[in-house]
Amino acid sequence: MISELLEQFFRWKRPVNSRSEARNRLKLVIAQDRSGLSSEALEAMRKEILEVVARYVEIEPSESEFSLESDDRMTALIANLPIKRVRPQIEPDSPIPSEASDSEE
Amino acid sequence: MSRIIVITSGKGGVGKSTVTANLGTAIAQRGHQVALVDADFGLRNLDLLLGLENRVVYTAIEAIAGECRLEQALVKDKRQPGLVLLPAAQNRSKETVNPAQMRQLVSQLSQNYEYILIDCPAGIEMGFRNAIAPAQEAIVVTTPEVAAVRDADRAVGLLEANNIRIVNLVINRIKPEMVQMNDMMSVEDVLEILAVPLLGIIPDDERVIVASNRGEPLVLDEKLSLPAIAFNNIARRLEGDKVPFLDLMAAHNNLLNRIRRFFRS
Ligand SMILES: Nc1ncnc2c1ncn2[C@@H]1O[C@H](COP(=O)(O)OP(=O)(O)OP(=O)(O)O)[C@@H](O)[C@H]1O
Ligand SMILES: [Mg+2]
Repeated sequence: MISELLEQFFRWKRPVNSRSEARNRLKLVIAQDRSGLSSEALEAMRKEILEVVARYVEIEPSESEFSLESDDRMTALIANLPIKRVRPQIEPDSPIPSEASDSEE
Repeated sequence: MSRIIVITSGKGGVGKSTVTANLGTAIAQRGHQVALVDADFGLRNLDLLLGLENRVVYTAIEAIAGECRLEQALVKDKRQPGLVLLPAAQNRSKETVNPAQMRQLVSQLSQNYEYILIDCPAGIEMGFRNAIAPAQEAIVVTTPEVAAVRDADRAVGLLEANNIRIVNLVINRIKPEMVQMNDMMSVEDVLEILAVPLLGIIPDDERVIVASNRGEPLVLDEKLSLPAIAFNNIARRLEGDKVPFLDLMAAHNNLLNRIRRFFRS
């Protein structure tokens, strides 16, 4: 109880840490600078990847995350796509369902 | 074989010219023949930082155009026998020079000088391309601020793309009191983001400005200040010495400084 109160108090008291804000913002913008991709290209790529993945598994587009991360001057595209369920026996070259969830029944 | 090193940054005003002047003087003090090339055509500054502005007769432009011999354009430092400056023109634009001419000029210098330090202008356009063209190595200067670090990363990328493989980092204007309050990125933060080997760290210090007012690089002082020690350490590391980095946080927290701060507040 008391420790919880204390914790809340300190969270409230602690000034916004501009050092870590600087670090986090820089990491994002530098990863994008290094990739040489425009934000339009990044968005187009995101859409296409989602389309391909949706042929095999059902995903929730609103919960999926794409980000660029840099480590040791190497940039990686990180995609986090929570799978709702696997689609039953779809052939790899069957047509792409138009909407991930509307296509059933 | 001489070493040809460009001092660059991307962002302006982070301390390239200050580093060039002090590092050049420190290397010359260590007994080497050093030529400093001001590649900031149109915005000449290095002569002022070195206190040599009254001795400039010809500039790199006249030497390139063949209007004078290269030796005539070199300004000898009055305090350091091994040090010369090749001044930039003050009133002609960056477009008057091209990378091939810069290469030619520096290759001529390299016959007589062991170290050639090129002070790059801000930005990543023509002036940058001219300054990096002759270089084999680069020192990227940044401050622990978001815009400076982002631009430094761009500069590093361009240096790599231009086959300059030896790239080292100098982080300038560190304020330990702000780092301690978590209001400035630390050396480690900047290193983690840029992932370039560290060559030196320099504290933010009013004496740097006083020295530039006087045209007397800090490393010439009889009793060396903290930033002067930082510049000297960079010179030693360039020569391959393993010199530990200054612990600026500890210097900030020593008893004397704590007492000083106590009385000031
Ligand atoms: N460590 C420091 N502490 C305090 N002031 C500094 C420090 N380093 C540089 N300065 C000041 O910052 C200003 C800019 O420095 P300098 O001219 O060396 O930067 P620069 O990168 O060469 O700029 P430009 O891009 O315009 O060529 C100067 O007024 C200088 O005195
Ligand atoms: Mg400058």
